[in-house]
Amino acid sequence: MTTRIGVVTFPGSLDDRDAQRAVRLAGAEPVALWHRDKDLHQVDAVVLPGGFSYGDYLRCGAISRFSPVMETVIEQAKLGMPVLGICNGFQVLCESHLLPGALHRNDSLHFVCRDQKLRVENAETAWTGDYSAGQEIVVPLKNGEGRFVADERVLDELEAEGRVVARYLDLNPNGSYRDIAGITNAAGNVVGLMPHPEHAVEPLTGPTTEGLGFFTSVLKQLVNA
Amino acid sequence: MARVVVDVMLKPEILDPQGQAVQRALPRLGFTGIADVRQGKRFELEVEGPVDDAALARIREAAETFLANTVIEDFTVRVEEAAK
Repeated sequence: MTTRIGVVTFPGSLDDRDAQRAVRLAGAEPVALWHRDKDLHQVDAVVLPGGFSYGDYLRCGAISRFSPVMETVIEQAKLGMPVLGICNGFQVLCESHLLPGALHRNDSLHFVCRDQKLRVENAETAWTGDYSAGQEIVVPLKNGEGRFVADERVLDELEAEGRVVARYLDLNPNGSYRDIAGITNAAGNVVGLMPHPEHAVEPLTGPTTEGLGFFTSVLKQLVNA
Repeated sequence: MARVVVDVMLKPEILDPQGQAVQRALPRLGFTGIADVRQGKRFELEVEGPVDDAALARIREAAETFLANTVIEDFTVRVEEAAK
């Protein structure tokens, strides 16, 4: 049986097609999910893609969080379904309180677009099993509100529990506290990531193919489950 | 009709780069003596019917769950007479 991975399209999503493509290249079947449809159509995992859902009005991800599809995603995530939020998707996960902290305006106030070096810190989440802890990868990064913030207590807790999934190397592009590029929930099934692994899955279009691991990881995890 | 104003501000411990940019621009424009600037959001809600405790409680709930992200923001709710 093919593993089905849903990719949600909100009004204003941009990277849903790239995420679907990454899912397909990883060997799973991408399933398009629509923001107004509560039904997840029997998917085994969900990707919340990048973009500017609902125009990022109010705050990034604040309105998407209340969309019908998110009701089911939040419910299933709490039951253990793997969920990956990339960029805007990470913002939605924080607004949904599936992940702690928040993403705020870059400290430079500029939109940043670059190929970004990362260190994978936690290779035990549902989405990072194909990496090794400490592995360095390069994937594109593009955001205007990507600065991860949280209070000291939450940051210490994330570090102590190994819940920092990836950290910026060489340069912190947005002022994220403690160079945090991605985090996970305590169970390891929900991961939020500001950089874009789905744009680094093919040599023709990506700086590397080192982003594919996020998608092959979840596939392996689901098949072995 | 009464107006309820919800002011949303970043918590003091959260860096506000927009406010900082405004603060840096002020002396260049000749406005001196401003030590710090923080930028927030103001929502004006025109309420149908009486603004009683129940209505205010609902607005506080809306502010807490939706208008503000209480992970990084604080909010205040106050009633204001709408202009005639």
